[in-house]
Amino acid sequence: MLGINKFAVDDEEAHIVLKKELCALCQAKPCTRACPAALYTLKEGDISFDYAGCLECGTCRVICPQKGAINWQYPRGGFGIIFRYG
Amino acid sequence: MGEDKFTAIIIGAGPAGSTAAYLLAREGLDVLLIEKGASPGSKNMFGGRMYSHALQQIMPDFWEEAPVERPVVREVITFITEDRSLSITCQDESWSRPPYHSFTLLRAEFDAWLAAKAEEAGAVLAYGIRVDGLLMEKGRVAGVRAGTDEMLADVVIAADGVNSIIAQQAGLRKELEPCQVATGAKEVIALPPETISQRFQVSGNGGVAQLFVGSCTKGMPGGGFLYTNKNTISLGVVVNAAALQQNQYRPVDLVEDFKAHPHIAPLIEGGEVVEYSAHLVPEAGLHMMPQLYGDGILVVGDAAGFVLNLGYQVRGMDLAIASGAAAARTIKEAKSKGDFSRQSLSCYQEYLKESFVLRDMEAYKNAPAFLENKRLFSAYPQLATSLASKMFTVDGNQPVHLLGKIIDQLKTNQVGWFQLACDAWKGGRVL
Ligand SMILES: Cc1cc2nc3c(=O)[nH]c(=O)nc-3n(C[C@H](O)[C@H](O)[C@H](O)COP(=O)(O)OP(=O)(O)OC[C@H]3O[C@@H](n4cnc5c(N)ncnc54)[C@H](O)[C@@H]3O)c2cc1C
Ligand code: SF4
Ligand code: SF4
Repeated sequence: MLGINKFAVDDEEAHIVLKKELCALCQAKPCTRACPAALYTLKEGDISFDYAGCLECGTCRVICPQKGAINWQYPRGGFGIIFRYG
Repeated sequence: MGEDKFTAIIIGAGPAGSTAAYLLAREGLDVLLIEKGASPGSKNMFGGRMYSHALQQIMPDFWEEAPVERPVVREVITFITEDRSLSITCQDESWSRPPYHSFTLLRAEFDAWLAAKAEEAGAVLAYGIRVDGLLMEKGRVAGVRAGTDEMLADVVIAADGVNSIIAQQAGLRKELEPCQVATGAKEVIALPPETISQRFQVSGNGGVAQLFVGSCTKGMPGGGFLYTNKNTISLGVVVNAAALQQNQYRPVDLVEDFKAHPHIAPLIEGGEVVEYSAHLVPEAGLHMMPQLYGDGILVVGDAAGFVLNLGYQVRGMDLAIASGAAAARTIKEAKSKGDFSRQSLSCYQEYLKESFVLRDMEAYKNAPAFLENKRLFSAYPQLATSLASKMFTVDGNQPVHLLGKIIDQLKTNQVGWFQLACDAWKGGRVL
């Protein structure tokens, strides 16, 4: 579904970075369900994340129970999602 | 950019920021409006409709030039379960005539237009630039930093939306709690304009706004929405983030299931999905309101939590616009006094009360707590739809009078009379 969206992906800088060691301690892993773009997935029990399809809503940042696990920023100016409708 | 100092730097070209920039520039003040999106509006989404009154105050007859979609002529509230729906519909012809009560619109285009109005009025509009932080000087906000650029101003307006990292950095507000926000996910679905008018049974360019409560959120606090635009339909769900955190449902699936519901499917049949978007909505009202002003800084719009969700009404745009206007008025006065201290900027709060913003937020301050009641999202939609269905059903069985049906349905849905009466009474008072 995300294929229909327009993005200017920033290849040099990830705007969301995870501390995988903190994720490993997280039991419930709510990010795997709550992210509207379904960007957090489990690969052999570990969190795998791809920032490229991010809609920049902030849900993961708010619902993550492990303080400091997600380093969340908006993408650099001009990069990221480009809503043509909104 | 570089040496010169602005009177005001506004972070974020959403409705709040662009309104403030427009009004300040119109007064001849030096303003810089900074937006991180590749163009203003390109980061913004909402459900779908703006109540006109606030913008009408500032730009009379704005609809003559603004990129609005359809004036809403019909309001619908729908209780929905897996296989039933019950709607309350209200159509008012006066809504289809000036001063149009509300318009559906799409943010990419609308926000770009409003930012361009600010630019036309004399504001410097810089887009594609993310503000990374505030510049502080002797404990007061003195400007902003974007990458290696530093820009100075007498006052900064945090108009950076619900996630307001700027207000947080300034120490004016805390980290958002999951229960204070909801996640909205929406699809924009393209259909020919005539098809939309026919399917929704409106003449000409009339628009429909429809809110849903019940199975579209699987009983989680939140709801579904549908707005008709000229040649697209905005359709989606909003769910409280704490509920998303604790439940197993994924927003993508909620949207898909909603689209497949027999009430919705025929309305969007043959339509092409042209965009999928998501955004947070502040939901806790006054309970999440930050410090609205500090030395050299004001907070407006979603950054201040100015959204009212009453279940049958969702308002954020008009509050954003009016709070931007109140901030502009505050700064104009601060400029004439030459004083941008916290003390001097404190009249912002008064102006928000004088305009409708804080008055309305105050009037509905108990709505968020009421809307946490789980019965509203599963038991009551079940009750209402099954009762209506029984009322319309003829099946050869022993007739039961309406009262008997009601008692029967309360029992089946395990809702007590007293509970229902209490909830109705509370709802009537706080919504
Ligand atoms: C799902 C959903 C449905 C809604 N439905 C409705 C509705 O039907 N009617 C209604 O009236 N309201 C609705 N709202 C609420 C409405 O969208 C908001 O209240 C309104 O957009 C607030 O405007 P704003 O200007 O405060 O913030 P925003 O519109 O969020 O604008 C903030 C701007 O700041 C920019 N920005 C942020 N950080 C930076 C930075 N560091 N540097 C540079 N730029 C930055 C952003 O890119 C953005 O352009 C809805 C919201 C959602 C999420
Ligand atoms: S919720 Fe936070 S800590 Fe848990 S897996 Fe996801 S990102 Fe990691
Ligand atoms: S910001 Fe929103 S879309 Fe992006 S990763 Fe987080 S939850 Fe997913």
